[in-house]
Amino acid sequence: MDPRDILSIVFLLAAAPFFLAGTIGLLRFPDVFCRLHALTKADNLGLGLIVIGLALQADTWLQSARLLLIWLLVMLSGATVAHLIARTALRAGRKPWSGRS
Amino acid sequence: MTELCAGLALFLLVTIVLGLIRIRRGPSDADRMLSAQLFGTTGVAILLLLGQATDRSFWWDVALVFALLSAVTAIAFVSRTEPAETAQEQRDEHGS
Amino acid sequence: MTPGLLLLFDLLLPAVLLWLAWRSLTSSDLFRAVILFIAFSLLLALAWVRMEAPDVALAEAAIGAGVTGALLLVALARIESAAGRRLSPSARWRSAALVLTGTALLAAAAGLLWSLRLLPTMPGGLGPLVDRHLAESGVDHPVTAVLLNFRGYDTLLEVGVLLLAAIAIWCLDEAVPFLQQPLESQLLTGFNRMMLPILLLSSGYLLWLGSHAPGGAFQAASLLAAGMLLALFSGASLPAQWSGLPLRLLLVLGFFAFLAAAIIGPLTGRALLHYPPAWEKPLILLVEWLLTLSIALILTAAVIGGRPTGSRLYPPPSSPSAEGRRQ
Repeated sequence: MDPRDILSIVFLLAAAPFFLAGTIGLLRFPDVFCRLHALTKADNLGLGLIVIGLALQADTWLQSARLLLIWLLVMLSGATVAHLIARTALRAGRKPWSGRS
Repeated sequence: MTELCAGLALFLLVTIVLGLIRIRRGPSDADRMLSAQLFGTTGVAILLLLGQATDRSFWWDVALVFALLSAVTAIAFVSRTEPAETAQEQRDEHGS
Repeated sequence: MTPGLLLLFDLLLPAVLLWLAWRSLTSSDLFRAVILFIAFSLLLALAWVRMEAPDVALAEAAIGAGVTGALLLVALARIESAAGRRLSPSARWRSAALVLTGTALLAAAAGLLWSLRLLPTMPGGLGPLVDRHLAESGVDHPVTAVLLNFRGYDTLLEVGVLLLAAIAIWCLDEAVPFLQQPLESQLLTGFNRMMLPILLLSSGYLLWLGSHAPGGAFQAASLLAAGMLLALFSGASLPAQWSGLPLRLLLVLGFFAFLAAAIIGPLTGRALLHYPPAWEKPLILLVEWLLTLSIALILTAAVIGGRPTGSRLYPPPSSPSAEGRRQ
């Protein structure tokens, strides 16, 4: 098989656990701040590995650039939104989980 | 490759369905909002994979729009003053 | 194997959509209902993708998941701050909503299925007909050709409906402060500085794309509206002298430009909306550009939710006294 195909498969398969971790973290972590961490792992690494895997399959540089742009935008939005949501939660009075519940 | 992309897209859809549980549980509005944010990101990933699986790259334009707009609803959320918690929410929060 | 996996996807997606719609209507907490609706719009965009309808998918992603989500959240925040407490629909209303919606859905589904049996079988549907006349339409993309030329009447009326909606919203009340308290965040300011040019560029890209690929005025307008919303969330406002006649002119410009293009036909001896040959492409381009601007302003005005007063900024700035209310 084409080495490019093998690499793509590796990257795509590697992305799955990060999205799974994001969802499991969303469901199991004890407070909103920890869950924001889980969210951003899916944003950065999960989507990033998918983008790399698909970019290897792209026919032209332009297509790879499109994929990269989408990933950068998602990371930018994700980081800003995570910060803003955490700030809102803090100002609303939520205390971060301290391990002694 | 096509099977892998389709299978991954299905897998990501299942993670979205699981994420709906957080919307139900809460307990705070921020938890629900960040679930919606995660759905946006996962939606982008699903669109990229579907585009590859069906060999049509204009799905990637839809993914671009998702990516551009994912922040707008969240920013609308943080602009509001969170109304007073109901008693049920206070019970939920101390419980979990 | 691929048909199997995609089939599973196609089975799971509608099931989740139906469940989300049901939960959104019967949720005991309005905020949760809004979030479920946003998730519903996101998944609906995926459904359009699976149904091979990229123009609708673009519109759904932009309007449904973006602008409408912001509109519902802003409206909910305003109602709840006026009521002073979290709102939830009463249990009686929720079960009535469920019964009514269920009955209406069943009736609509039955009617659709019955009418399907009555349809004459036409091989390929209307697609080949459109393709045959595509060269005369002035654009290269069949969906845009249908929307702005062959069935321009529908689009003209849709824009009219949007304009009526903006007028109706303005009839209700004057604009209230958009933000309850100023959102001071350097990160948000930096984010907006990066996103506003990108949104403007993407809006133009989608508009240009519409002539030969999925895209068009509505999609570009919703991206532009999202940019305006980002500016509003950072505290931007329109100065008073701009919110009077200039704003109103821009709001109606799209509709009246389209109407003017439509009337050219009867004035030159053709049917309504029958563009003169060789004028089609420039007319469609001009109308789409102006439509984008107007629709973006209409959508933003809908989110602001009130008419400009002519003597204050539009929307009015938040008052510092609102800070004290939260404690």
